[in-house]
Amino acid sequence: MVKPAGLLDIESLDRTEIEAILERARFFQPLSNESYRRLDVLRGKTIVNLFFEASTRTRVSFEIAAKRLGADTLTIAAAGSSVSKGESLVDTLNTLVAMRPNAIVMRHAASGAPQFLARHLQIPIVNAGDGTHEHPTQALLDARTILDHRPGLGGLRVAIIGDIAHSRVARSNVHLLSKFSAEIVLCGPAPLLPGELAQLAPGVNLAHNMDEALRDADVIMMLRVQLERQHEAPMAASEYFRFYGLRLEHLKLAKPDAIVMHPGPINRGRELSSEVADSQRSVILNQVENGVAVRMAVLERILG
Amino acid sequence: MNLLIRGGRLIDPSSGFDGIRDVFIEDGLISDSRPSDDVPVLNASGRIVAPGFIDMHVHLREPGIEHAETIETGGKAAAAGGFTTICCMPNTIPVNDSDTVTSYIVQRARQVSPVNVYPIGAITKGSKGEELAAIESMREAGVVAISDDGRPVMNSRVMRRAMEVARALNIPVIDHCEDLNLSAGGDMHEGVQSVRLGLGGIPSASEDVMVARDLLLAELTGARFHVAHLSTSRSVAMVAYAKSKGLQVSCEVTPHHFAITDQELSAYDSNYKMKPPLRCRHDVEAAIQGIVDGTIDAIATDHAPHAGSEKMQEFERCPFGITGLETAIGLALSELVHKNLITLSRMIELFTTGPANILRLNRGTLKPGAPGDVTVFDLDTEWTYDVQQSSSKSRNSPFHGRRFRGGPVATVVGGVLVWSRE
Repeated sequence: MVKPAGLLDIESLDRTEIEAILERARFFQPLSNESYRRLDVLRGKTIVNLFFEASTRTRVSFEIAAKRLGADTLTIAAAGSSVSKGESLVDTLNTLVAMRPNAIVMRHAASGAPQFLARHLQIPIVNAGDGTHEHPTQALLDARTILDHRPGLGGLRVAIIGDIAHSRVARSNVHLLSKFSAEIVLCGPAPLLPGELAQLAPGVNLAHNMDEALRDADVIMMLRVQLERQHEAPMAASEYFRFYGLRLEHLKLAKPDAIVMHPGPINRGRELSSEVADSQRSVILNQVENGVAVRMAVLERILG
Repeated sequence: MNLLIRGGRLIDPSSGFDGIRDVFIEDGLISDSRPSDDVPVLNASGRIVAPGFIDMHVHLREPGIEHAETIETGGKAAAAGGFTTICCMPNTIPVNDSDTVTSYIVQRARQVSPVNVYPIGAITKGSKGEELAAIESMREAGVVAISDDGRPVMNSRVMRRAMEVARALNIPVIDHCEDLNLSAGGDMHEGVQSVRLGLGGIPSASEDVMVARDLLLAELTGARFHVAHLSTSRSVAMVAYAKSKGLQVSCEVTPHHFAITDQELSAYDSNYKMKPPLRCRHDVEAAIQGIVDGTIDAIATDHAPHAGSEKMQEFERCPFGITGLETAIGLALSELVHKNLITLSRMIELFTTGPANILRLNRGTLKPGAPGDVTVFDLDTEWTYDVQQSSSKSRNSPFHGRRFRGGPVATVVGGVLVWSRE
């Protein structure tokens, strides 16, 4: 929730709160040919970015967002920190909290790690991705990106394709889009698409076939195959691309003005072809751009 | 060693008695002679007096993991929970896979435990699932059953051999039924909740396939086979079927598996993390039905203490298991008896003759000559479980702060009052 508690997930946010963040993020979007205004709404505030998992875009995005609001930031990567000396997560966080930062932005490989910490610490925690659970700011920036191309989310048909089982991006997006009555189709290889996903939120359908998932889609979200989280040997890359990779010919099935999204990092030739990644339909770099604006809105809301 | 428990409502399923009657314990044994006037008296009026409760599934953590529990503290927690006899699982360090470890536990328990302790020996050396442990020597040293609890024997051939040995020694094989390949990477019951929380799932089928295998092996070998902490509807159905076919099969259920579903757990709270995991409503209802219809023979706690530091981690890193000795009677009363699902006598049976018959213990009865073990509890006193006051060394209970109606009042072992609420 966006309160002193920080931002832990999308599931527990209500629609008006999401709308407020998205609206504010629009204000933070840069005008073309104009460099970002540096604001000072968070001057004197310190934000610690704590990344226990590799990340480039999210980490940099949070850092830039905080700096543009005038906050001081420091970023800690777990390798190089006391975690590698055997300190527990709670002790690490307690140590940081003792130095009185104003908020902690955390990415962690364990689902629920921010929820667990929020129970034991009195500091706002912003979840920058927890295991296979949620990645709330990603869903917010995705929604902002869709809204840059569509008047509203309601009634849109959104296909999310790939390793759904291990995707925190998919879960956050499903919760967010469902709150705005979008129609969501989840698609992926059977072992990566558990049937229970259909009960995650209203408006969710499952498909094992790309053509079915893409038909009349307004938005196509491709996901990265999370090899690092899979227990069994993954599907061969060529087999995966053949059945679940997005190619130019697929786009004919979707609405003529459908947009293609990907949370990154993209694997060309695995989840989507190079031609699609570089096509006019791709809004992948807009997503990255919106990441800063959305995170500014989130940080301002929590600390401003 | 002499004690008169006066004025209580005595319920003894072993004889079918239910009525107001005094219990006299003389020289540590139940006696039918007349007590002398100077015998110490325990007033039990308004209370239920039952044969001493037996918990056939407890982890005492000694030797080797004494920071989480010891035979002494676990024994005290048992007494405070109304248990007079407990059976401890072999997953200590070292594993109880030899008569040396068995003897250590037996002797240590005599010195420090207020309640009777019977060890359960390992099935395989180090519970590694490969070579059989020294089962015959352990039997001589005092084990009452064998089990590789927590590290189930995956190799069916090894399990078959173990059952053959157990049959010859006339002891049951207890299995924690879990196919480790199916459950790998799982942290909670596989279902909508696990998908929602992004946690690895433990499917009900991981239990079911092992129950099925073990029942087939029990039929093949003629061994007495006991399913530990059964948690799925299909396990209940398979055990019922095996019983109807005349196999010597029994099973237990834990209080948490009949009291909480996976919908009610608090997300990412390791006090709700155990194996088998809290299952869905359908499975919980089947377990309760099994208790009602007699398929389930015993309630056992699977008391699994873990030090705070181990449970104070990211959910997926926390070990499995919760404590349970002190809340078992309260949960059985509130979830089963007060809801009129079973009678008081049936509840007592699940804690006394049930486990005593499975393990062939000369306990769980108040017939003259039996050990003077008595559990006194009440039905109506309202109390709140405070885990900080626990006699256990560990605090990992999901029932902290829970309100109960009725619970243990006094625990008598061999005629000695070892615990009382006041």
